Amino acid sequence: MTSLPNPYLPDMATIVETVQETPNIKTFRVRLDSEARRKAFTFQPGQVGQLSVFGTGESTFVINSPPTRMDYLQFSVMRAGEVTAALHRLNAGDRIGVRAPLGNWFPYESMKGKDIVFIGGGIGMAPLRTLLLFMLDNRKDYGRIRLLYGARSPEDMAFKAELPEWLGRDDLETVLTIDREAPGWEHRVGLIPNVLREMAPPAGNAVAVTCGPPIMIKFTLQALKDLGFADGQIVTTLEKRMKCGVGLCGRCNIGEKYVCVDGPVFTYEQLKELPNEL
Amino acid sequence: MDQAKFLPDASLAAWLAELSAARLVLAPRREGGAVVFKPYDPAVPLELTRDATVPPKGAVFPACEELMRYRRVKDPEKPGQPLLEVEESLPEGGVVVFGSRPCGARGFTVYDRVFDAGGLNDPYYAARRKATAFVTLACREAGSACFCHWVGSGPADPDGSDVLLTQVPGGYVVRAVTEKGAALVGSGLFSPADRREGEEAAAHAKARESLDDPRDLAPARQALLDAFDDMEFWSQLSAKCLSCGACTYLCPTCYCFNITDEAQGNEGARLRTWDNCMSFQFTLEASGHNPRPTKAHRLKNRVGHKFSYYPGLHGGAIACCGCGRCIRSCPVGVDIRQLVLAAVERAREKSHD
Ligand SMILES: Cc1cc2nc3c(=O)[nH]c(=O)nc-3n(C[C@H](O)[C@H](O)[C@H](O)COP(=O)(O)OP(=O)(O)OC[C@H]3O[C@@H](n4cnc5c(N)ncnc54)[C@H](O)[C@@H]3O)c2cc1C
Ligand code: SF4
Ligand code: SF4
Ligand code: FES
Repeated sequence: MTSLPNPYLPDMATIVETVQETPNIKTFRVRLDSEARRKAFTFQPGQVGQLSVFGTGESTFVINSPPTRMDYLQFSVMRAGEVTAALHRLNAGDRIGVRAPLGNWFPYESMKGKDIVFIGGGIGMAPLRTLLLFMLDNRKDYGRIRLLYGARSPEDMAFKAELPEWLGRDDLETVLTIDREAPGWEHRVGLIPNVLREMAPPAGNAVAVTCGPPIMIKFTLQALKDLGFADGQIVTTLEKRMKCGVGLCGRCNIGEKYVCVDGPVFTYEQLKELPNEL
Repeated sequence: MDQAKFLPDASLAAWLAELSAARLVLAPRREGGAVVFKPYDPAVPLELTRDATVPPKGAVFPACEELMRYRRVKDPEKPGQPLLEVEESLPEGGVVVFGSRPCGARGFTVYDRVFDAGGLNDPYYAARRKATAFVTLACREAGSACFCHWVGSGPADPDGSDVLLTQVPGGYVVRAVTEKGAALVGSGLFSPADRREGEEAAAHAKARESLDDPRDLAPARQALLDAFDDMEFWSQLSAKCLSCGACTYLCPTCYCFNITDEAQGNEGARLRTWDNCMSFQFTLEASGHNPRPTKAHRLKNRVGHKFSYYPGLHGGAIACCGCGRCIRSCPVGVDIRQLVLAAVERAREKSHD
């Protein structure tokens, strides 16, 4: 028998707080129940976890709080199917299972000294939030930081409670955009790739980090290219249907790579080396 | 390992009785038109004349197994918010798989590199693998769809087996391949094989001769990658496929799985079940996006995984034991040999263009 830990066995955790971010995104702040596990727990920005609602199942979500703030682990969940619906029914005090950390992380070391451009669409803002807060907590390590965050409508913007702070910081340039005009909206209107072109961040010493729906990524990549970003300067995270999260169930491969262990973070340069199966 | 031994035909039942006394013995028997592994019962005849329809993979990797059980219990401090108790369901007890063919046992060497590779290991697989012994029967003659010799195996391949039996006049030459196997052939039923070792070698040579000339599959790794974006190629090859999944469920080297919960009131279990990359749902994402939307994409992944991606990750080892089950059992005659050779041929033609 093995002495290694059972990779399928979740830690028990308690939800300490929830935030209804949008009509279909709910944020969960959770704490591992075991104090020993809590003390031993470390992770890197960009890593994910499997959350379980026992009796319904498990699904994959990025840990969207940074490792510099360990009071709780935060997950923001968009309602999509069975497990996400079951999660949405839970509230502070309820218990869930957490298998984390899984996967790789953002190359924040090699990003030191560079300008950073975050481009997030919808729930794709969740992984960016981790890295953004991590960089703000290590602010001197990075150059100019820009954030472009877009959602369909004002109601669909998550992390509303934090937006005023982000907009107000003078060491962060935040641009918010929505797809179509809405009453009372004071920020940009327009699709992310178009707004990005107008912002025109210089590519010189920069890294772009982007996450969002496939169609947004496709046009954002085009815009980044036109702005002079090389493939190695673009970082993204991939979504694949996952189950085991540890490279065994055979579900999330793209050729020889498994998104659950070799990803979810890839540079666009790495993606181009992979067989075309996104 | 130990020297070869001889077991007369008349002692086979006694040996099986001996083995059954200590552990569960799974042996092949006929069930309708199929040959399947079932707990050995002296009253039911063994079927050792042809390879099993269903390989013995379930002995180590069951079609459905419990990973853990959970229970919601009242929290005395907060009555409204139940506590969760979760308990691993690690497997117990040993099994002997008797009478599988070399391909059926060798399949687990493909699994071992993934599930029991040291770094991260699957405790359920590792426990069952450790507690299972394979007493394998060398093939006397290749079947029509067999191509074990293309993938580096053969009709008397001991890889993955603990004991190798070879039929000779009057009984079996018995070779322990591993320590685990040596422990199974220690009783007084066995005598030294002596001159019968010559008969054993002759039987192996005869079986080998019943196979055609092996094809070189080394170029398949790159050829399949080269064909990745040629969806017309894949559409043609997969035109007949029904996406029924029979090929994956009967394959001794397929190991994809699903994990699901089963609830009964306040308790339940988390289960692992075989899954199948030939099905549309396998990669369907919650957004509705599916990276493998057609059966052509899915067949490409099945063949690519076995003959290209797995070899790329595991030092060239092919994730197929050449048993031919997927070929014999496919309702519409999709032949994995032809798919791989077509990709190799395609690459050869392109290089001449
Ligand atoms: C690396 C990574 C990070 C992620 N991070 C986040 C995040 O931070 N926040 C977030 O909200 N999401 C995130 N996701 C997406 C999230 O994992 C999915 O939305 C979630 O798994 C959906 O789970 P569900 O159980 O609710 O959906 P499911 O009920 O599993 O299914 C959704 C849909 O899939 C299909 N389906 C599922 N199972 C079957 C079946 N057995 N048979 C047939 N059809 C089926 C159906 O069409 C169903 O409507 C991430 C995904 C990955 C891979
Ligand atoms: S057995 Fe044949 S028809 Fe069925 S999924 Fe496999 S290749 Fe397709
Ligand atoms: S792919 Fe076909 S021939 Fe190869 S091991 Fe699986 S069932 Fe046997
Ligand atoms: S989720 Fe199982 S292999 Fe990646």
